[in-house]
Amino acid sequence: MEKVAGGINASSWAGLPLSVRLFSSTIGYPLIVTQEDTMKDTDIKRLLYTNLLCIFSVFLSIFIPSFFLDNFSILETHLVWLGTCSAFVTGANLLLYLVVKPNVSSKRSSLSHKVARVVRCWLYFLASCFFLHIIFVLYGAPLMELVLETFLFAVVLSTFTTVPCLCLLGPNLKAWLRVFSRNGVTSVWENSLQITTVSSFIGAWLGAFPIPLDWERPWQVWPISCTLGATFGYVAGLVISPLWIYWNRKQLTYKNN
Amino acid sequence: MRLGSGAFAASCVAIEVIGVAIFIRGFFPAPVRSSARPEHGAETPAPEPVAGVSSNWTKLPPPLFSKVVIMLIDALRDDFVFGSKGVKYMPYTTYLVEKGASHSFVAEAKPPTVTMPRIKALMTGSLPGFVDVIRNLNSPVLLEDNVIRQAKAAGKRIIFYGDETWVKLFPKHFVEYDGTTSFFVSDYIEVDNNVTRHLDKVLRRGDWDVLILHYLGLDHIGHISGPNSPLIGHKLSEMDSVLMKIHTSLLSKDRETLLPSLLVLCGDHGMSETGSHGASSTEEVSTPLLLISSAFERKPGDVRHPKHVQQTDLAATLAIGLGLPIPKDNVGSLLFPVIEGKQMREQLRFLHLNTLQLSKLLQENIPAYEKDPGFEQFKMAERLHGNWVKLHLEENHSDILLGLGTKVLRQYLGALKTLSQSLSTQVAHYDIYSMAVGTLMVLEVLTLFLLSTPHVLCRKAELDVPLLSPVFSLLFYLIFLVLSAIHVLVCTSSESSCYLCNLPWLAAGAVMVLVSALFCAILSALIRMVTDGTLLRKNATVASSGWSEVNLLLLLGTVGHVLSLGASSFVEEEHQTWYFLINTLCLALSQETCRSYFLGDDCEPQHHFQVEQKCVNVLACTLQDSTSCSTPESESDTAGKRASLLEAHRSCKWWTVLASPWLVLICCRLLRSLNQTGVQGAHRPDFSHWLTSSDHKVHLSGLAALSLVVIFILVQKGCSLVSKVALALGLLGVFCYRAAIGIVLFPWQPDNKGISKGITEARFVYVFVLGILFTGTKDLLKAQVIAADFKTKIVGLWEIHSGLVLLAALLLRPHNLPVLAFSLLIQTVMTKFIWKPLRHDAAEVTVMHYWFGQAFFYFQGNSNNIATIDISAGCVGLETYMEVPATFLTVFGTYVGPVLWASHLVYFLSSEGNNGSALSRACFCYALICSVPVATYIVLVTSLRYHLFIWSVFSPKLLYEGMHLLITAAICAVFTATNQTRHSRA
Repeated sequence: MEKVAGGINASSWAGLPLSVRLFSSTIGYPLIVTQEDTMKDTDIKRLLYTNLLCIFSVFLSIFIPSFFLDNFSILETHLVWLGTCSAFVTGANLLLYLVVKPNVSSKRSSLSHKVARVVRCWLYFLASCFFLHIIFVLYGAPLMELVLETFLFAVVLSTFTTVPCLCLLGPNLKAWLRVFSRNGVTSVWENSLQITTVSSFIGAWLGAFPIPLDWERPWQVWPISCTLGATFGYVAGLVISPLWIYWNRKQLTYKNN
Repeated sequence: MRLGSGAFAASCVAIEVIGVAIFIRGFFPAPVRSSARPEHGAETPAPEPVAGVSSNWTKLPPPLFSKVVIMLIDALRDDFVFGSKGVKYMPYTTYLVEKGASHSFVAEAKPPTVTMPRIKALMTGSLPGFVDVIRNLNSPVLLEDNVIRQAKAAGKRIIFYGDETWVKLFPKHFVEYDGTTSFFVSDYIEVDNNVTRHLDKVLRRGDWDVLILHYLGLDHIGHISGPNSPLIGHKLSEMDSVLMKIHTSLLSKDRETLLPSLLVLCGDHGMSETGSHGASSTEEVSTPLLLISSAFERKPGDVRHPKHVQQTDLAATLAIGLGLPIPKDNVGSLLFPVIEGKQMREQLRFLHLNTLQLSKLLQENIPAYEKDPGFEQFKMAERLHGNWVKLHLEENHSDILLGLGTKVLRQYLGALKTLSQSLSTQVAHYDIYSMAVGTLMVLEVLTLFLLSTPHVLCRKAELDVPLLSPVFSLLFYLIFLVLSAIHVLVCTSSESSCYLCNLPWLAAGAVMVLVSALFCAILSALIRMVTDGTLLRKNATVASSGWSEVNLLLLLGTVGHVLSLGASSFVEEEHQTWYFLINTLCLALSQETCRSYFLGDDCEPQHHFQVEQKCVNVLACTLQDSTSCSTPESESDTAGKRASLLEAHRSCKWWTVLASPWLVLICCRLLRSLNQTGVQGAHRPDFSHWLTSSDHKVHLSGLAALSLVVIFILVQKGCSLVSKVALALGLLGVFCYRAAIGIVLFPWQPDNKGISKGITEARFVYVFVLGILFTGTKDLLKAQVIAADFKTKIVGLWEIHSGLVLLAALLLRPHNLPVLAFSLLIQTVMTKFIWKPLRHDAAEVTVMHYWFGQAFFYFQGNSNNIATIDISAGCVGLETYMEVPATFLTVFGTYVGPVLWASHLVYFLSSEGNNGSALSRACFCYALICSVPVATYIVLVTSLRYHLFIWSVFSPKLLYEGMHLLITAAICAVFTATNQTRHSRA
């Protein structure tokens, strides 16, 4: 299924100019304005498509498992869904990374370097999972009980936040800090990354609100409301970021370092 | 009239306290209570009144019924029995109503139409007010005199099946019971089968006197699908068959016994058109009351409308029917048809007992009882009654006797009705007028606060308060006149008692003056805002551009918390809100520290007020800019401030700064698992339970000793030598006190036997508390007299803080001592590594202190439930109960968190900012942030006054909020006093 989706997307993006950015930086000043505008527009369009693919992967994770599992539902077999959702979103992100390659890859591309890079990405991902788990416990998640649930929530939230960061920026803490500081964004992609990450966190944060209410609903159980909140936040971020960037495209100026 | 913003805030909060007090007084009407407590044993019943000679009938009249079955159907509305639904689905009951030996009434329930208060009303005959809850400190047991208690005392055997609220209200009163829970609202079959399944067995046995059945199914159906659902019909048919079963069984038993039995069918409250209940609509308050007994006369073809009576009348009727004394707090009157068939002498006797009880209650609750028409009627009836008995005893059986008797009867019934009415109007109603005046005052103060906020925060810490302006004086007098006119109008027209109207005219007039003065102040503030609106607008745009994440979080968090108070669950679980907020605050602070240390370049000069203050790198060039609004005296201090800042920056390593928010987070997580509080988590095992169990005394002792040591280490650094010694001895005394009362152990005395009250040890500590507080005050005063003695002042403030810490250490239970230690630790860490290096401004620091204070209120195990107040704190070091010190100690023990954080705030701001405006600004912010929740909550509670949980959830929170506001007023006064010394120094 993933392959099919990838095929469709790959074909639709084949015609898009990949080197607009490099091109624009070499042209002299009078042309820059218009060139940058067109570059931005095409970038925003591509961003929209990639984000739609990510949203699609979230929806796939809801519907695909029900073909294989008998009584699959988000609430009752929540852990399964968490696993599949995280796998699908990671898959989509990796696919996008391989196909679109939004960031300029490093010059050294020996095999050992690539392997080291992948290993470091893995380590970063695991570290972020544990880090988020610790934060959840600090926020009051039970320490001993429901460990698997809490950890899977951490995995899902890092899938929504860390995995796109790793894909776009690589295991490079400096770059992460730059993107998430004020006025540190250098491209449409990074701007979108910033928005989706923050909205995922805010979604998870807001998701904790209904837990103390006495409605006795199945989705109020820890961590379901938080995972749902994070998912909604992620999807909302994916939808909002291209729109927001498009809306503010006149104000946004990216420093090309 | 110029006023510092601190003094302005303090006076505003003081006015707000008055407003809240008036509101609370109107919200919780004083209950009608008999002063004689039921524990005093059975009194001799009142004898029959006789003119001249004494009566030969002094004992209580014998019971009228041998057995009583009370069949209570939750949410049974009157038309379910008497209306078309009753005819359709309850044929047997309809037959009994129309043709059988029965009396039917429509009993009116008083709001709140919720099960528990209604059960209380049915069984005590009184109208439970919220003050009862306070008096019982939320113990679910019904402490007032009631029918069940009297029946048990008289040796009646009572059996109960149904809603387990009864079992909680009357523990150990039933010889046999089976409580069903009303928790699963979606179940309406099983819950009733669990009651009915016992019925056959019990009816066959007959070894009981009173049988109570409480059916919940109908209420559950109402909650699910409303009163027009087809399920209602099925349920009514089921109830009808149950009633038939009981009635036939009773009838067959009646033939064997001398006395007949009584079957009561009633509802506790009605059901609104949407199926809920709690409020005061006609559908919710009308319940059927059907009394069935073979003693009653059959009424062939009598289909008139049932009479309207009060729900409270059942208690007196049951008491008379079972031959018991009438409950002392009863305000209901006997249902006369029940005794109609008896002899005249007995009838008169019953009526006399009931009227006497009501008139006694009236005497105890109304000062001018002699003028009450009911009381006059009663005296008259009693005299006539005496004459009648005299004639009767003279064996004068004539028509005259009958005529006189009927006259006495009518007199008694009139007296009963009037007495009952004047007693029940005493309670039952919210005193809307007082509530409205209180709300008006609070809202006016809040508006004034909000209007002056931009002025105080953006410009200078002084305010023009135009109280004496002649333009407004005319308006002021006009408003005052209008208000007085309204007051007179309301007081003369209202029937129920009203607190404000009962006040002396002078006091009521003072309230009116306050209200109108506040109104004028608001108007002038508005005009001032409009006149310099352009300037403000410019400032506002500048300020909004400089909002950092932390500021946004502080604002949104406060607003969110205030809004969350509208949901009962959020009130119950308010601790979760605060824990969540301070955790998020710590994360935001951590992000801020990261940003300022890894990328120090994001602070650009155009961010005016907040941003550059926390940024160390660019501080030197922009500090001038940021303090341009402060008074000129600060200019001379700027250099010193900069030096101290750079020094602080150099002294603390970067990693300590980065790690400190995480340390705070870990502390909060540990504290959270110390005490489980709230409603949902209260039953979960927590660390404090583990510690307080007797097996773990050694651990508790170790932990307490460790906490005391940590407290000493953290507090001693700022004290003078004398205070250090006093503090050490005091903390030692705290441990000795806990050892003396046998909670902790000395290592050299593993099993102490002599457990005392620890009076000596506790007083020993009190001496040191007072000593340290005295030293601190002396230092403060010295700093005021000897100018430019800045250091003495700081030491004095810290000593006052440490005196409060010592008192808190004494009052908190040993397992809560870690809370105190962690609180001091967090204060130290935040001061050293976050507030000082990051240069938060006074407003931010104030809000953070407030948040932490609130969180620590819950960390020590408090909740919004009255049951969690630790009353034992009030007895520390007192031989006997003394009201004033005990109240003070209990309040301090409960509000340790907010008070300590506020006192730390005073110290921190005094030691930090050398300009006085910071402190008065902080005082203003503190007052504002405390009064916003109170004002909002008062409005919320008024609109939710018929909510299902008004008594159990919202009212206790209202009391907590009121008390918190009072403490805030005290804190603001201290703020202002401290600030005053500074001004005089300058």
